[in-house]
Amino acid sequence: MTDWPVLSAVTFMPLVGVLLLLLTREDSAYGRRNILNVSLLTTIFTFLVSLYVWYQFDPSNPGFQMIEKREWLGAGISYHLGVDGISILFVPLTAFLMPFCVLASWVTIEKRLKEYMIAFLILETLMLGVFVSLDIILFYVFFEAGLIPMFIIIGVWGGKERVYASYKFFLYTLLGSVLMLLAMMAMYWQAGTTDITQLLAYQFPRQMQTWLWLAFFASFAVKMPMWPVHTWLPDAHVQAPTAGSVILAGILLKLGGYGFLRFSLPMFPLASDFFAPFVFTLSVIAIIYTSLVAMMQTDIKKLIAYSSVAHMGYVTMGTFAANVQGVQGAIFQMLSHGIVSGALFLCVGVVYDRLHTREIAAYGGLVNNMPKYAVAFMVFTMANVGLPGTSGFVGEVLTLVGAFRANTWVALFATSGVILSAAYALWLYRRVIFGALEKESLKALLDLSPREKLILYPLVILTIFFGVYPAPVFDATAASVDLLVNNYAAALQAAQDVALSVQ
Amino acid sequence: MDTIVKAIVFLPLIGFLIAGLLGTQIGAKASEYVTCGLMLVTAALSWFVFFHVALGEEEMISVSVLRWIQSGGFDVDWAFRVDTLTAVMFVVVNTVSTLVHIYSIGYMHHDPNRPRFFAYLSLFTFAMLMLITSDNLLQMFFGWEGVGVASYLLIGFWYKKPSANAAAMKAFIVNRVGDFGFALGIFCVFVLFGSINFETIFAAARNYLPAEGAAAGDVVINLFGMQLDKGHALTATCLLLFMGAMGKSAQFLLHTWLPDAMEGPTPVSALIHAATMVTAGVFLVARMSPLFELSPDALTFVTLIGAITAFFAATVGLVQNDIKRVIAYSTCSQLGYMFVALGVGAYGAAIFHLFTHAFFKALLFLGAGSVIHAVDGEQDMRHMGGLRTHIPVTYWMMFIGTIALTGVGIPGTVIGTAGFFSKDAIIESAFASHSVVSGFAFVLLVIAALFTSFYSWRLTFMTFHGKPRASSDVMHHVHESPQVMLVPLYILAAGALVAGFLFHDYFFGHHYAEFWQGSLFTSAENELLEEFHHVPLWVKWSPFAAMALGLLTAWYMYIRSPETPKYLAEQHRGLYQFLLNKWYFDELYDFLFVRTAKRLGTFLWKEGDGRVIDGYGPNGIAARVLDVTDRVVRLQTGYLYHYAFAMLIGIAALVTWMMLGSSF
Repeated sequence: MTDWPVLSAVTFMPLVGVLLLLLTREDSAYGRRNILNVSLLTTIFTFLVSLYVWYQFDPSNPGFQMIEKREWLGAGISYHLGVDGISILFVPLTAFLMPFCVLASWVTIEKRLKEYMIAFLILETLMLGVFVSLDIILFYVFFEAGLIPMFIIIGVWGGKERVYASYKFFLYTLLGSVLMLLAMMAMYWQAGTTDITQLLAYQFPRQMQTWLWLAFFASFAVKMPMWPVHTWLPDAHVQAPTAGSVILAGILLKLGGYGFLRFSLPMFPLASDFFAPFVFTLSVIAIIYTSLVAMMQTDIKKLIAYSSVAHMGYVTMGTFAANVQGVQGAIFQMLSHGIVSGALFLCVGVVYDRLHTREIAAYGGLVNNMPKYAVAFMVFTMANVGLPGTSGFVGEVLTLVGAFRANTWVALFATSGVILSAAYALWLYRRVIFGALEKESLKALLDLSPREKLILYPLVILTIFFGVYPAPVFDATAASVDLLVNNYAAALQAAQDVALSVQ
Repeated sequence: MDTIVKAIVFLPLIGFLIAGLLGTQIGAKASEYVTCGLMLVTAALSWFVFFHVALGEEEMISVSVLRWIQSGGFDVDWAFRVDTLTAVMFVVVNTVSTLVHIYSIGYMHHDPNRPRFFAYLSLFTFAMLMLITSDNLLQMFFGWEGVGVASYLLIGFWYKKPSANAAAMKAFIVNRVGDFGFALGIFCVFVLFGSINFETIFAAARNYLPAEGAAAGDVVINLFGMQLDKGHALTATCLLLFMGAMGKSAQFLLHTWLPDAMEGPTPVSALIHAATMVTAGVFLVARMSPLFELSPDALTFVTLIGAITAFFAATVGLVQNDIKRVIAYSTCSQLGYMFVALGVGAYGAAIFHLFTHAFFKALLFLGAGSVIHAVDGEQDMRHMGGLRTHIPVTYWMMFIGTIALTGVGIPGTVIGTAGFFSKDAIIESAFASHSVVSGFAFVLLVIAALFTSFYSWRLTFMTFHGKPRASSDVMHHVHESPQVMLVPLYILAAGALVAGFLFHDYFFGHHYAEFWQGSLFTSAENELLEEFHHVPLWVKWSPFAAMALGLLTAWYMYIRSPETPKYLAEQHRGLYQFLLNKWYFDELYDFLFVRTAKRLGTFLWKEGDGRVIDGYGPNGIAARVLDVTDRVVRLQTGYLYHYAFAMLIGIAALVTWMMLGSSF
């Protein structure tokens, strides 16, 4: 075990980069270069530290580790950090995606590069903070503050309709967060603590669980996003710059899923059980509905955004199946989706940078002059489709197994997603990549540049690696997931016993 | 042995990686040599394993490779399980694959993308090997979808052709419909047996059902609203698994992708869409025989689908004009035979037919490829004819393939081609079985045998006999294929002639027990192996009669009196169109599924997301908000300082609120 505050270090490392960036000036090519280098090195260094966190993590211990606790704000609120098997892997995932975001913005961001990078680095700190917080107030600050840099990134560096998109994004998420804050207040009044470790052990009365669950649900469902509060996502993605989309799909969408696992399931088990059919219904609708909608999109980014909603449907479904396969599948699906959807948005960025359009109809036959790009895109498309041997499959199949054990109807409908995902993904691929190269505008396009290879190839390797050998993920998560699932079952059993003894 | 099995599976993967990643650097020639060389080694090792396991003493080789997914009780590894069933498949897959690799050197000679082609072929072989060696259902699913992807890539190999791209997509998506059932079947197995490893499932299956006469037992699963006891749960599981088999093996209702798959290069059709991948469904049912054998209802369904497919595909094959499509429908029909054999419990006969069919169908496809090569890419038989004298070797090879497919041989003796042994065994088993649909299956199979004979000879006569119908320019260039393409044909032809005679005793005869060594499970009541020998004489002669009748009819209609077909087609216009358009399945599916899905997608997008959710949700609110923000926007200067300032104020407000809140 370490004696230095490694979690604080990884969380606030990006802020050091921000301080350095404040010293730079952006008025020359040299200054630009400086900004990029500082940002890249900061994110890489943060990633290395996050790997160290993973390395330090003891997978046999189901509880929280690397705990740091300082008094903060008084009144029992503390600066309390720690990770367990459920949160640990989101730390390296977040840190891993950031260098790609910097690289993806290398040439495309032409104005206010410094502010852009500052926004990203602050965003990184806030997102890492969400995953390591062990105090609900701290969690809330990180969780909600993360909105602001994202809001700014879309609003300032976004596309034509960025203002509409960012307000829509803000409106949706704000609604949920207000309710969550109220719920947190209520929890504090009831349990007398804001400490997550203590709240996990506290048993809320059944009636109260219902209300708390609903309030948290309002916030997490929007973040996921679940049907029918998903419509902000396609707009936000379409307007966001490439790196913004990567973070949005890769990390921000996971905050909701993480929230369900951290709060809803363990703290309100009775309510979770009560509402599980409701969540299943929404998940299944999300999978089928958004897959169909995705199929008909004319904008590449929108199509991928809708497919993200469908994939998040598997996550919510697996989570509320509340068995080992479902929960582990949900975690795995989130990690895998972080890599794969991030990679898909990066792929879109590659052609967008060349042609400045995301219309599917503007493309066709790219395989002729961009074969390397075609291969990378193919791998990610197949991972998106959930092909065995790619990381997309593992999460999908486990969540489905989990759902099947909970309710076969849910699994039946959700499994139909494998057909629909194949339809929209392959159709997209066919229209963009295959065919003869006939459009004049496409004929001069060059294949991947070294920078783009540096971005896409590692992701290709990881996608296949985690599809073939996902064991590192299961090793890290197994103990905590077991604990979570067992506690959940025990809580339900206890409630049932009480109900029986009353009769 | 462990190393040998690993080598067999991974050498093609290495070939794929070399040709795929380095193909452009090392060049086409080197890619060909590397992949073909590795395949030759693989094939040699496969035969070695075959002799060792199937004909030798060894019962089973288990090799574990790597951990895969461990989640609670859901525990699967990458591991190989080589028993006789796998060893037979080893021989089939690797022999045909090697020959196809070599043949492709000649056939794809002019193609600029040869490294990619050979990489795909090797990738396919690897996936197929993963499928047949798997020791659990999930790894099988990996191979299952892996061959699907390879098939997708190879069908769409000529990606500039829109029709090829469409066919590739169709193949993948229709297969996914089957996989949907397969996946659910795997989940069912997991819930029922607590594991998806074959060892555990098979061991548990032996004593799974309550003894005869005992109470039906408790409900073990609630499947889609049905409360099922053990017996019914097994039936449901088998049916779901079989849905996967139907997709992959192009059985009736999920067959539509196979004829379109002929858009791919012809060697691909021979390897994937005739000899190996499409037989994966047959392999699946045979592998899961310990479960299927316990569920007579599921087996009845398998028989029904098989018989209908055998008949349906043969009727369509009667009138097709594209040389490859005729063979494709023939494949579809022959797969139906195999499923009938499985359905009636003659697993050995099914695998036997799979084995022999691989030889003669690959031969026919590669022969057709040689014809297409000779006539400059033409595939329409109406533009062929009279090629016998120009390409005699190809003609004789196709001839051998045809007599093997139609099952030429003398009933009651051991003189006959490969198809004679395997097909007749199936037809006789269908008659002898106690299945409730055995009569139905028998009749359809005999009719299908008649049709098979007709369309096969029709193909031969239209292509090779009569007067040339191609332009004189094409006829001038007609040439025999190079040796690199002909040698694979010789080997396959040898197999098509003697494989039946050599192996029938092992697959479905006296040496059944020591050959299969328990890798095919048959229940104690299943005595088909004995009974099919004792069918009445007329049953034994009926496939022969059907074959002879088909030959005579074809001869009459395409040699003796070539006007007859045209006359018949005009006479029975409706029927002809119905068959020519493949019973209108494509049109029906397009209307039912494709268009409906597209319309629904657009509707949900525009109306659901657009009008309802956005209309009443954010846009409704935003309309109000925008009134306000219009003014705010004017205040925006776009400088980050202002945003940062707003953010700070927001955070400050938040913290204040919380501190106030916490002090209560």
